[in-house]
This record gives sequence, structure tokens and C-alpha cells, in this order.
Amino acid sequence: MQPWFPPPGSTGAFFLLLLLPPLLLVPFVLLARRRHDRRTPPLRLLVVAGSGGHTTEILRLLSCLSESYSPRCYVLADSDKMSEAKIRSFEQKRAERFSNSQFTLDRIPRSREVRQSWTSSVVTTAYSILYSLPLTYKLKPDLILCNGPGTCVPVCISALLLGLLGMKRAIIVYVESICRVETLSLSGKILYYFSDYFIVQWPALKEKYPKSVYLGRIV
Amino acid sequence: RWLRGRLWGAARSCTEGGKREPFCGEWEAVEGEPAVLSSGLSPASVPPPQIGRGALQPAPQYGPAFVRDVFRFKESLAEDLRRADLVISHAGAGSCLETLEEGKPLLVVINEKLMDNHQLELARQLHKDGHVLYCNCSTLVETLQSMDLSTLKPFPPGQPEKFALFLDKVVGFE
Repeated sequence: MQPWFPPPGSTGAFFLLLLLPPLLLVPFVLLARRRHDRRTPPLRLLVVAGSGGHTTEILRLLSCLSESYSPRCYVLADSDKMSEAKIRSFEQKRAERFSNSQFTLDRIPRSREVRQSWTSSVVTTAYSILYSLPLTYKLKPDLILCNGPGTCVPVCISALLLGLLGMKRAIIVYVESICRVETLSLSGKILYYFSDYFIVQWPALKEKYPKSVYLGRIV
Repeated sequence: RWLRGRLWGAARSCTEGGKREPFCGEWEAVEGEPAVLSSGLSPASVPPPQIGRGALQPAPQYGPAFVRDVFRFKESLAEDLRRADLVISHAGAGSCLETLEEGKPLLVVINEKLMDNHQLELARQLHKDGHVLYCNCSTLVETLQSMDLSTLKPFPPGQPEKFALFLDKVVGFE
């Protein structure tokens, strides 16, 4: 007997229909989010690493964190060649200081390349969200830290969806890159509304985005 | 003045070597980490510039006053940065911060083809605060000729410990 295959195109449509109701509920979840949960260490930390300067910046942010943020689960874009080496070097130095230092490394499809057109970006981002869901479910982070690469949007949205489904409620902390002095990145513009804490590094941004947190230059 | 003369010589040699693009044109192809040119040193000790993932790979060039070869990536540029008298770089955060933290004079070149040109914001702010010189591809040569490095101010380091304190507070670790 022949196995039944759905007509081409309908699988994608099916998944989009599956995603639509949870996405429509997101505004309600955001209104209901509690900001000051008290957590006990250790906290599972998911770090979204982007290419080039993003990884350098995020490793600096991690440099002063205690071992209460463990394990550190790094998520990279599959096309990112340089970040893995930087992360391993950082974690190696950390292991010399802390005896039980733990980290993991996973890759997801890049949601958008630099200079990629907007229309194709929507498709690749949707694909990245679908891909991120099982990964975020597997990692079950308590805290997500990201700083701007396109990779962070699908990861954060997948974490929000998991929270909606009652599976895991992660605190999302977004730190806008030091490159951003007067305007937010595209990821920043999206995650300003979806993150729990949105940190900027220049005073002009704090003025424009009053819900953000300004701690000065932290990288 | 001698430094300017050396770098100008480098730019002219690239053009005279038969390439259409001037030095800036080669620069436009660079998308990766900073390129480090060192002048005032003998040709044997001039480090090669980095071209990252750039499509254009200039052939090595040798002149009486300088040696120029290229490399794509290195694990760390710390050694090259320490030996440099001047660093010319794109405005990527890592490139700028690493260079400024080494206390080296930095000239930032903006890549005008990047969407919304966000690198310009950082270069402009760092320039406003007196930490870097900046230019774009078409003004690179004149900037090198007219720059005064003594006007640059030292760059205080960032404070990631403030972020750690903030995070501990919001997750309730205190």
C-alpha cells in the first residue's frame, strides 16, 4: 500500500496554521508577565551568539557572571565560522578558574544574512523559529541572553511560545550592541516589546526608548 | 609627517601596480576583522593586512618601503595590534574596542554598502568623543594625509561588572 504524502506546499501551510493561534495569544501573555521572579541558583543560561562583534560583546558581558549561571548553552547560526573558536577559548579560560564549569554549543539555521531581502527574511526566520522550538524545549533555559544578531529573534520567539504553552518560562534579557548609539537594530526593535529587560549602552537610546535600562558602557 | 608619507606611498603603489581600484577599493571588499598596517618599520616586519571574507584577494605586493600581503582570519589580532602604530579598520564593535583598549590610534572606515549603515553611528560617536578618526572609502587617502593623531583621547574600558550586578539583582540572587 502506498504511504500517503500531503500535497506539496500544504505541510508549510499546516505548520503556519499551527503557529498562528499561539502567536495571537502573545500580546496577552506579555501583559501577564511578572517581572521580578525570585530564582535559586544555578540558572540555566541560553546565550545567543552572533557573528563578529556580537560574540565578542556577549562574551564580555558573560565575563563577570558567577558560576550561578550554569550551564551556559550557546546557540549559534550554522553559517557562523568564527564564534565557536571564541566561545571555546572563553570557556576554557573559565574552566581554569571554576572547577565545575559547564557549557554546551548548538547550531540553528541563520534566520537572515546581512543584506538579505525582507521578503526572503520572513521565510527564513519562520523556518528558524520552527527549528528553534525543539532546541529551546531541550535546553529549557531559565534565562536567555542575546545582543542583536538575527539569530536571537527566532530563539526568543520559540522561548515565548514555550512559556505560552506552560512548558518553561524564561527571562529574556536583551543587550543592544555598543554599535547602536542612536537607533536600534532590527532585532532590538522587535525584542524591545518581547524582552523582560532591554539594556542600551548610550544615553540617546534610553531617551528614545524609556522602558530600556541604561547601565553605561558594559562591554 | 613621515608616517603619512609611508602610508601614502603604500596607496600609490597599489594603484600603480596596475589595479583599477585605489587602496580604498580594495578596502570596500573587506567585511571581516581589522587590517593592521604598520609603518616606520622595515619591510620584513610589516604585518600583512587582513581581508576577512572579502571577495577581493589582492596579490602580495612588494615595494622598496613596504611589504603587503593579506590574510583572512587569525585567532587573535592582539600581537598585531600591539606592534602597530596606526590601525585602519571597519567600524565593527569588536575591532574598534580591541584597538582602543590597546591604546592604539584608530582610523575607522565606513562600509557604505551595509544596510542602514549602523556602523556609522558608532564611528561618529567615538569620533565625537575624541577617541577615533573616521572616514569613508572615498576620503581615506585625504584623511591619512591630513590627520593629527595627537588629538585622540584615551578610551576608558567598559564595565561588565555592572551588568553582572544588574542581572544578579533582577533574577533575585542577592
